[in-house]
Amino acid sequence: MRSGHIIIILLAGMMACTNPVRAESLILSLSSSHVAITSTYIGTDMVVFGVIGRDQASATRSEHYDIVVSARGPRNHMVVREKASLGPFWVNQREQKFIFVPATMAVASNRPLDEITSPEMQSRYQLGLGSAIIAQDRRDGRFAEALIRLKQRDRLYETLPHHVEFITPNVFKAVIPVPARAPTGLYDVEVALMSDSVRLASQSTHFEVVKIGFEQDVADAARLHGWLYGFAALLMAGLFGWLATIIFRRD
Amino acid sequence: MEFYLPIAELPVNIWLIVGMSAVVGFISGLFGVGGGFLITPLLIFLGISPAVAVASVSTQIAASSLTALISYWKRRALDIRLGLLLLSGSSIGTICGVMAFNALRRIGQLDLTIGVSYVILLGGIGLLMLYESLKALRARRRGLASKRPRGGNHPWYFGLPFRMRFPASGLYVSVIPLLAMGLIVGFFGALLGIGGGFMIVPALIYLFRVPTMVVVGTSMFQILFSMSGATMLHATTNHSVDFVLALLLIVGGVFGAQFGARAGRHLKGEQFRLLLALIVLAVAFRFLGDLALKPEDVFSLSALVTPIAGAAE
Repeated sequence: MRSGHIIIILLAGMMACTNPVRAESLILSLSSSHVAITSTYIGTDMVVFGVIGRDQASATRSEHYDIVVSARGPRNHMVVREKASLGPFWVNQREQKFIFVPATMAVASNRPLDEITSPEMQSRYQLGLGSAIIAQDRRDGRFAEALIRLKQRDRLYETLPHHVEFITPNVFKAVIPVPARAPTGLYDVEVALMSDSVRLASQSTHFEVVKIGFEQDVADAARLHGWLYGFAALLMAGLFGWLATIIFRRD
Repeated sequence: MEFYLPIAELPVNIWLIVGMSAVVGFISGLFGVGGGFLITPLLIFLGISPAVAVASVSTQIAASSLTALISYWKRRALDIRLGLLLLSGSSIGTICGVMAFNALRRIGQLDLTIGVSYVILLGGIGLLMLYESLKALRARRRGLASKRPRGGNHPWYFGLPFRMRFPASGLYVSVIPLLAMGLIVGFFGALLGIGGGFMIVPALIYLFRVPTMVVVGTSMFQILFSMSGATMLHATTNHSVDFVLALLLIVGGVFGAQFGARAGRHLKGEQFRLLLALIVLAVAFRFLGDLALKPEDVFSLSALVTPIAGAAE
């Protein structure tokens, strides 16, 4: 009995000593494991709940916590082209390819990223919109900037500086928008727990955007039965084309 | 009312699409052109990807050309033999056009090519029609019946080998220039995502002197089959035909076209050609502006068509 107690106290002491910085942990939960695209889908919100776990060593600390939530959509390869004047016309000339660009990206935090940590640390921890993209630009960064700007213009990339809300000092909630034009696929949600410009812990989870019902049936038919689908489209065209002559028969 | 398009993968306002296609349908019914050259750029402007826009519009044009064809068929106002010949030329042109489309998209010059083609084609045809219709209007005001030369001195290309008789059009002409014209129309039709009615109709009238009465019906015949082929081609290779979008376009287009056709009966031939010329020129100027004015954003973003091998260079 007694020796058992001593062992536990010793173990707790060792844990506290060997890993004093990474004492916090994160537990995440999403409001839903998937987003269903139906005929009336016009975009939605995904809510991320999180609990900051603290052990005895960190419990006594009284620092301020920051949370950065990054949600990234399915990745594909993109090309950015720049128009320049050639004689009287504006023509695409230089181009820069980017690989594995997330289709959508939302970065939510409890306060602006620049207040949370320095730009160097942001890129080290891959926080913010551009980190992975800017690294790929082999020129002066204008192409990466343009990519992010164009994605932002279409509301596919967003920074949301005040979208993380602390419910209690250890429990937070973040609202991540899923845009109307979000493609189907897997979305990664990465949460970083920051304090005093340093990352204390990070945790990730994911959700899926899927078409269901009619939307899925049509997409499946188009993909799997191209001939039948094309034929059905023509049949519909024929039917309506013919109906029009019946409805409007006058002379 | 918003509806999520299953293939285009974005929500659109149903009434906006139906209304837009009704307006374009009115214009196409008025002038007997497909209207693809108006609706495709509008859909792209709404954020629908060019591939889906072009594919779904081809389905719509198939529907509207069938409606038109039925009424021309009843009046026997078409030349099937001529239509078939144009069709055989245009099917080869369509295949070449699709290949050019993909190649240009890969190297990033598709927009430029489409812009330049529109400016040249629409600008050229529009100016020609404007000149012709103004001349005809002025002649009529002077009280002269506009006489069109018939028979007698034929252009040189009528006399090339393989001459063929087209009784419905009263034409005896070599098939070579007709096949070549079909080829060109098919090529630009596939490249620009249009039926090509605005190219065929003036060409048949001005270059081949086909009677105006059978021109539109014959052009509709050719367009119906080439757009049906295009629909199947897009459905089986790119899976880019959006059923719902096509349906909305058809519903709007069908109604618009009927009212357009009725309004067209009150227009005189010269006024008709003058109006069409002005519309065609307006679209040409819009494309010219896009090419020549400094764009709002010199950068543009598109999905990489060629796989990773190209990206890793």
